[in-house]
Amino acid sequence: MYSPLEDALTIADKTFTSRLLIGSAQYPNNQVMLDAIAASGSQIVTVAIRRVDLAGGGETVLDLLEGDYHILPNTAGCFTAKDALLTAELAREALETNWIKLEVIGDRETLYPDAEHLLTAAAEMVRRGFIVLPYCTDDPITCRKLADLGCAAVMPLGSPIGSGMGILNPYNIEIIRAENDIPVIIDAGIGTASDAAFAMELGCDGVLLASAVSRAHDPVRMATAMRHGVEGGRHAFRAGRIPRKRHAEASSPQKGVIGT
Amino acid sequence: MSKIRINGEKKSLSVATVDDLLRAEAIDPAARFVAVAVNGVVIPRGHWNRHQVQDGDDIEIVRPAPGG
Repeated sequence: MYSPLEDALTIADKTFTSRLLIGSAQYPNNQVMLDAIAASGSQIVTVAIRRVDLAGGGETVLDLLEGDYHILPNTAGCFTAKDALLTAELAREALETNWIKLEVIGDRETLYPDAEHLLTAAAEMVRRGFIVLPYCTDDPITCRKLADLGCAAVMPLGSPIGSGMGILNPYNIEIIRAENDIPVIIDAGIGTASDAAFAMELGCDGVLLASAVSRAHDPVRMATAMRHGVEGGRHAFRAGRIPRKRHAEASSPQKGVIGT
Repeated sequence: MSKIRINGEKKSLSVATVDDLLRAEAIDPAARFVAVAVNGVVIPRGHWNRHQVQDGDDIEIVRPAPGG
């Protein structure tokens, strides 16, 4: 009998029964966010670090999520290793966690990672004691370098952030999975549940998504779909798919057909 | 009066410590999930009441926000 504990996801020193990681941004309102995150079954929720609005206070996203989830701050929006490092340090101070989703982007149009700054930041963050989960390109060489630096996972994009284009280079993802011992988590590009299932069928250890749920017409229902997509894909991967063939192979017995 | 930058905005404030600065900006220094960096270095919360704000300081005050 399948038990989630028997197939848990371990990142660094923490174990999770859910393989879906989810963002907290762009929901229609806080209640929909909370309901969708709950429906997703996710245990890890990402947040950003932003300047305090000097004009107004109010509760933070942490006041809503604290205690129920493992919070993963990100360095989203940073263009340099220097800014990413300071953001990570600020996150560590504000949230009392040494976990960081490292993002260093190269431009606003593609939001593609800047590999040079990413590797520099990852090396320094590991040195400073962070648990580093880098958002990176689906490039086996960059992923291998990030793993060698001591990152706790690699998180290659399926396609550009927010594009909903799914996984554009599944062959690279399979190579990345095969070449590294640390968890491989698809981060970015997921559009719908079948994308999440496909990521898991490729052997990925988890899926991180945000706008596919928060910007869906019904975020709570899509969160449910993603949960099942990830679980279905994971089961399929572990079950082992049948080989692809060019010709049909009947599943009903060939013997005893009437009229023969 | 110190001429400083707070979250990218130039300001002239008469404050001695980071604690004073937060109060001057209507941020409760006891508020949770707030972090402060001065000139690119995080000032731990425990030092806010003694870390002196200097003329020309570049100060970042942050907290968590929804993110992906």
